[in-house]
Amino acid sequence: MNLKGRHLIDPGDFSLLELESIFRLAEKIIENKDEYSQICKEKILGTLFYEPSTRTRLSFETAMLRMGGKVLGFSDANVSSAAKGENIADTIRVLSAYADVVVIRHPKEGAPRLASKYSNIPVINGGDGGHQHPTQTLTDLLTIKRLKGSISGNTVGFCGDLKFGRTVHSLIKTLSRYPDNKFILVSPEELRLPDHLRHMLKNVAQVEIIETEDLETVIGSLDILYMTRIQKERFFNEADYVRLKDSYILTRNKLSEAKEDMLVMHPLPRVNEISYDVDEDDRAAYFKQAEFGVYARMALIAAQLGVGNNA
Amino acid sequence: MQEWHLLQHNWGWVIMLKVESIHYGIVIDHITQGKGKKIFDKLNLGEADFPVVLLRNVVSSKFGKKDIIKIENRIDIDMTMLGLIDPNVTINIVEDEKTIKKMKVEIPKEVQGLFKCKNPRCISNAEDNINPLFTLVKANGTIEYSCEYCEELTSYTL
Repeated sequence: MNLKGRHLIDPGDFSLLELESIFRLAEKIIENKDEYSQICKEKILGTLFYEPSTRTRLSFETAMLRMGGKVLGFSDANVSSAAKGENIADTIRVLSAYADVVVIRHPKEGAPRLASKYSNIPVINGGDGGHQHPTQTLTDLLTIKRLKGSISGNTVGFCGDLKFGRTVHSLIKTLSRYPDNKFILVSPEELRLPDHLRHMLKNVAQVEIIETEDLETVIGSLDILYMTRIQKERFFNEADYVRLKDSYILTRNKLSEAKEDMLVMHPLPRVNEISYDVDEDDRAAYFKQAEFGVYARMALIAAQLGVGNNA
Repeated sequence: MQEWHLLQHNWGWVIMLKVESIHYGIVIDHITQGKGKKIFDKLNLGEADFPVVLLRNVVSSKFGKKDIIKIENRIDIDMTMLGLIDPNVTINIVEDEKTIKKMKVEIPKEVQGLFKCKNPRCISNAEDNINPLFTLVKANGTIEYSCEYCEELTSYTL
């Protein structure tokens, strides 16, 4: 697989074989970290974070530093030229001359796609508004592969904010390309999956979807429960957020109805949708998920830069 | 050659209008009455430096009344969006005063510049000079297009 120079804007940009090659490389890195510790020497990762981020930005920075590379960029749009009114096209054209690969997070949906049109270096979508988050999907799939054994044949429950939850959008879109996965979507009426995704899942991917507002009645049938935070920053109306923010709270008590080997996943940060007592349960996978995120991003960057194949 | 068109006035009078037929160009025929002006504007014909005429309320045996647009000396006008404005339209390409090609319009698979993305969070509504391409995803009942940037569906009503 040759992913050198390729953008990752939407998880559909990579074929399943290409995704598999990233997971293989990530697993090799996990097994033998030292061999990959200098493969990005002399390479620079640009980080354009127009929106607050802790995990994703630090995960990308860690990934690059652990491969011997360097990082430059900003984590606050107010300290960049965006505050002076510079458009994305100009910013990315300039950064193309400074870095070898760039990750962009932006509150506006489609901003990374726009950047990719003007970039001479690979662009990675680090999350765009409530739209997509493909590197979280790499993280999630690597987690499922390692902890569940297979990315296919699972009944996956998505719970919480399915309207604005970009991690859900990217993951469900990708899981629908693998065989025999079923989806149970648990959300309040106002936070249901966007129409364009429902249309794609039903008419293009032709997968089975059940939509419900009640987690307790379906938790027993799940192989994976993917919890999400209600996305306060996407609401135009504070009152709507307050009304919906406590819709689902997973407790250890509710887990008693779940399968013994079900995975509880969460892209983090959590607010209150998973009680702290769940952290001690063997089914809680979210901190391992965050750890796998570094390896998934290391493998992605290495593949896009065309390094590390012979390490 | 000259053509005579019957025009029906609001007060019920029928009058005859004499319009030169075109030698080389395009006749957009069977436009639903009242939609001729919208097509005229969308094709930017008000800015044209070639002969063009909009006929409104022309008597038609098939539709009762219709609008017609005649464009002289040009056949290279992009008319893909006409299917979204009026699916009844027929496009006639004329050479030597004869119709050499007659086409019905279709709902276009891709459109650009006809409408904006309805998603307020889309980058195309935040920065200037972004003209997103929309791809047709549903044409049964409602016509819906997906934005190339945010993928949100924008409905278009005929």
